[in-house]
Amino acid sequence: MSIRLDKVDYIYEPDTAFPVHALDHVSLTIRDGEFIGLMGHTGSGKSTLIQHLNGLVRPTSGTIYYNDRDIHGEGFSLKELRSKVGLVFQYPEHQLFEADVFSDVCFGPKNLGLEKEEIQRRARHALELVGMDESFYSLSPFELSGGQKRRVAIAGVLAMEPEVLILDEPTAGLDPMGRDEILEQVKRLHEENHITIILVSHSMEDMARYAGRLIVMDHGKVQFDGTPVEVFRHYKELEKMGLAAPQVTYLMHSLREKGWDVNVDAITVAQAKQEIMRVWKKH
Amino acid sequence: MIRDITLGQYYPIESPIHRLDPRTKLAGTLIFIVALFVAQGLVAYLIATAFLASVIRVSKVPLSYMVRGLKSIVILLLFSVVFNIFFIQDGTMLIHVGFITITTGGLIQAAFMAVRLVYLIIGSTLMTLTTTPNDLTDGLEKSLGFLKKIHVPVHEIAMIMSIALRFIPILVEETDKIMKAQMARGADFESGNLIQRAKAMVPLLVPLFISAFRRASDLAMAMEARCYHGGEGRTKMKPLRYERADKAAYGVLLAFLALMVVLRVLA
Repeated sequence: MSIRLDKVDYIYEPDTAFPVHALDHVSLTIRDGEFIGLMGHTGSGKSTLIQHLNGLVRPTSGTIYYNDRDIHGEGFSLKELRSKVGLVFQYPEHQLFEADVFSDVCFGPKNLGLEKEEIQRRARHALELVGMDESFYSLSPFELSGGQKRRVAIAGVLAMEPEVLILDEPTAGLDPMGRDEILEQVKRLHEENHITIILVSHSMEDMARYAGRLIVMDHGKVQFDGTPVEVFRHYKELEKMGLAAPQVTYLMHSLREKGWDVNVDAITVAQAKQEIMRVWKKH
Repeated sequence: MIRDITLGQYYPIESPIHRLDPRTKLAGTLIFIVALFVAQGLVAYLIATAFLASVIRVSKVPLSYMVRGLKSIVILLLFSVVFNIFFIQDGTMLIHVGFITITTGGLIQAAFMAVRLVYLIIGSTLMTLTTTPNDLTDGLEKSLGFLKKIHVPVHEIAMIMSIALRFIPILVEETDKIMKAQMARGADFESGNLIQRAKAMVPLLVPLFISAFRRASDLAMAMEARCYHGGEGRTKMKPLRYERADKAAYGVLLAFLALMVVLRVLA
């Protein structure tokens, strides 16, 4: 299972006064079972990129392969692709429309043309995955809290049982508790259900904590692609792009400058603590 | 596909047309429309074409932008052309099959009608492309200010219009986003018969309505937070004032209208 992009270009409104080169020769491979963090400031092309992955947007030039098959080639079903590559948009709760939670989650599998029992099984399973029990099933989506609505919306995509799940800033506008809940659930989906995750986020801390690989976009190009430790070593370049490294990374760098022999690669609070304790004991 | 609606979308560029007073452009559009309906005969239409072409040229807005706005009236255009062809019986007869009769007069009338409609849309699109919604409201409010005397809420109407215009692109974008989100869940907006298609619109329309109401309520709150209470005693940061260019523009427009009238009288 893999998604491969080969020299993908995308230009918005090519023949008007404002042509925007949203993607500029992007080549990438997303392998099975990865947890990818996708970063970039607003307008860097990351939203455009993720919409290419499930065929919502057609590249101006270049090819996208899903399991080595061209997704815009002849005989390839985009509908099937969209069930394999689930995309959760920013503020997904805005897409809720049904009279109750359960029917809304059924919408995706119903569109796949499945049997009624299978649709309901999937919806139940998806709601269970996001931690919504049966007491919520018959409620109107509009009676729920912000975090609950969002979880229902994510369940709506999960019910299609995708192999790859893309989340565009799933924590935007949530309180810290709602944020941690969503991210922990995403992590569980990755670890227990072996779903490939692509997470778009502006929180360097979240990226450091969850992602196994970081992709940084700037001006429609992939600027960095590597493990979080590797990418955050470029914190000065990241700042120039309007991004940053996790706060603890800055702490480690200033400790280093003050003459402490710490490893500046610590990117989470836990790693930083361990590193500081190690150096402290040596003193 | 959904970005094709250009009505109400400002095209930001520096040009003499953009700099004109919004009242000039409003009145100008009106004069242009009146002139179009006065126009008769090939010469008049050629002059109108030249006039419109030069205004577009001066405005620096690409023609393709205006043509895209025409897509929305294709059906209306076809209707009027068909009606004119079939129901105007004038000049020599060309085809006569059963109850269908097509005459040269009908064809000519249909052609003029089509051109008139297209120019009308291009003319008004040009106004919205070169005037920001804010300017447009200011212009409307000031030009219709006299109606306040008979208790017409001019300011409120102008505000409603400008908000509506301002929200067209936002709602278009929102529609695009919700469509994509539902397509990601396997929704299909393109195939099926009429009833299936209408049903497929529900997952799009419900979220769209909810978001429109949410936006309206947020906006109302934001306006009240800034002490908005209608037009009473409200002053302008940039009061409208006619410049020399506006006077020149009025001159050109009136000359154009006069020419049309003269050509009609002569015809």
